[in-house]
Amino acid sequence: MLNTFDILETIRMIQDECLDIRTITMGISLLDCIDPDMDKACRKVYDKITRKAENLVKTGEQIEKEYGIPIVNKRISVTPAAMLAAACPGQSPVKLALALQKAADSCGVNFLGGYSALVHKGFSAGDQALIESIPEALSVTNNVCSSVNVGSTRSGINMDAVALMGKVVLDAAKATADRQCIGPAKLVVFCNAVEDNPFMAGAFHGVGEPDCEIHVGVSGPGVVRAAIEKYPDSSIDELADVIKKTAFKITRMGQLVGARASEMLHLPFGIVDLSLAPTPAVGDSVAHILEGMGLECCGTHGTTAALALLNDAVKKGGVMASSNVGGLSGAFIPVSEDAGMIDAARNGTLCLEKLEAMTAVCSVGLDMIVVPGDVTAETISAIIADEAAIGMVNNKTTAVRLIPAIGKQEGDTLEFGGLLGSGPVMPVNRKSPAKFIARGGRIPAPMHSIKN
Amino acid sequence: MRAVITVIGKDTIGILHKVSGICAGHNVNVMEVTQSVLQDMFAMIMLVDISAISTDFSALSDDMTALGKSEGLAIHCMHEDIFNSMHKI
Repeated sequence: MLNTFDILETIRMIQDECLDIRTITMGISLLDCIDPDMDKACRKVYDKITRKAENLVKTGEQIEKEYGIPIVNKRISVTPAAMLAAACPGQSPVKLALALQKAADSCGVNFLGGYSALVHKGFSAGDQALIESIPEALSVTNNVCSSVNVGSTRSGINMDAVALMGKVVLDAAKATADRQCIGPAKLVVFCNAVEDNPFMAGAFHGVGEPDCEIHVGVSGPGVVRAAIEKYPDSSIDELADVIKKTAFKITRMGQLVGARASEMLHLPFGIVDLSLAPTPAVGDSVAHILEGMGLECCGTHGTTAALALLNDAVKKGGVMASSNVGGLSGAFIPVSEDAGMIDAARNGTLCLEKLEAMTAVCSVGLDMIVVPGDVTAETISAIIADEAAIGMVNNKTTAVRLIPAIGKQEGDTLEFGGLLGSGPVMPVNRKSPAKFIARGGRIPAPMHSIKN
Repeated sequence: MRAVITVIGKDTIGILHKVSGICAGHNVNVMEVTQSVLQDMFAMIMLVDISAISTDFSALSDDMTALGKSEGLAIHCMHEDIFNSMHKI
C-alpha cells in the first residue's frame, strides 16, 4: 500500500530539492555509415540518427508526464567520428560535424556527443585529422560535443596527443572568442574514457556497445543536501548511511525511467549512470553538500575527504537500485555549473590544485574550469597530463574540460548561460612545462596494469 | 494500474468535484481519497485506477495541470510505479 509520507517525500524531492532525471541518452552506432565518400557518409549518418532517434524527445516528454518527474535533457551519443573519418583520407571531417548538427536539430536533442577520437596508445587513420579539425567543428556547430581519450591504465598516456590537445583546446577557445569561448566547453580530454557515458560533453557510443541503446543519467545534489541537513550532529558513519539511502531512491527512479524509455522505444536498456550532477540553479550544488557536511567553504582542507565519502556512498546506495550501473557514476565537480563551486572559486578558497586533488576521489576530473586566455598551450597540455596521470594510476576515469577565456584575466567571468552556467577565471601556475611537453612519446602504463 | 493525484493549495469550494470530474471524463475510477484542510490550506491525495483510462495518461496529466493553473493549485498526477520503485525494495 502506498504511504502518504512516501508520496509527499517524492513530491518534495521533485518540487523543492531539484530532483530530476538529468538525461536520457540514446547511443547510436555509426559503424554501418562508414563510406569512402564523405558526402555519402554524412547522408548515411544523418539518415540513421534521425531514423533511430525520431521519437526520443517525444518519448521523454511522455515519460515526464507519466511519472511527474522532469527529464531535463534528451541527448544522443554516437560512434567516435574519427572511425568514419578514417575511411575518407584527405577530406575534412568538419562535414561530419555539420551532418551531426543537422541530425541533432531534426531530432530536437540539446546535445549530440561523439565527435571523438580514441588515441590512448597512438593515432590511427583519421584520428589526427579529426583532432585537428575540432576547433573548427566546435565553432561551426552549436550542439555537437567532442572528446578525445589520451590515456588509459592499460596503455599509458599518449604524450603526443596530450601536446596536441593543449593547442586544440586553446584554438577552440580562440575560434569562439566572440561567443564567450564556448568551443572548449564542448570538448573533454579523457583518460580511461567509458563507452557508455550518457553525460555531455564526454559522451560517445563505444564500439563494444549494441547498435542502439538507451542510457539514463540521474541527478539530485539538492536531495542529498536536504537529507544530510536533517542530521546536523550525526557521525560520519550515519551521514554515509543517509547518503546511501537517498542515492538508492534517486537511482531507482532512474532505473524506472530508463526501463520505461527502452520499452517504449523498443531498444535495449544500457546503463544508469549514478551521478550527482549539479546545475547552476539554487539548491542543486555538490559544493553545498560538502558544506552541509560541515565545511565552511568548499575547497578548504577536508574537502577531498568529504568528497570521497560522498562519492563512495552515492555508488553504494545506487548500485543496488539498478540492474546495470555504468557511465561515470559518482559526484561531478564542474566549477561553472555549480553555484557553490562558483562562489568558492570567486572567494579564492577553491583553487585548481585543490580541484585536482578532488578529482582523485570523485567520478570525473577538472571540469568546466575557466583559465586566463593568455595561458600557453603547453600549460594546458601539462594540466591534461597531470589529470591523466591521476586517472591512469588510480584506475579511474579522469577528464579535463578547461576553457581559456581569450582576452580575459583573473577576476573576470565567462557567462555561458543555461546548464553550463558561468565561470570565474581561475589562476594558473605560470612556470613553464614546455620542455617536458615537447619531449613527446608515451608515459608507460603503471605496474598494476599487468593483471592477466 | 493505479496513479496518485495530489492537490495542494488554498481551499475553495468544489476542488474535489473538479478533480474527480476530470477523472470521470477520462474514465478513471477514484479508489481512495485522503484530504485535510488546515486553516485555509487544502491538501488531498487521491489514488485512482487507470487501467480502463479512455485517453492517454499524459492527456489526464495535462488536464490536471491546466486545472491547477486556473485554480491556483499545485496538482501532480503520477503513475504509482514511481512511488513503489523509490520507496520499496
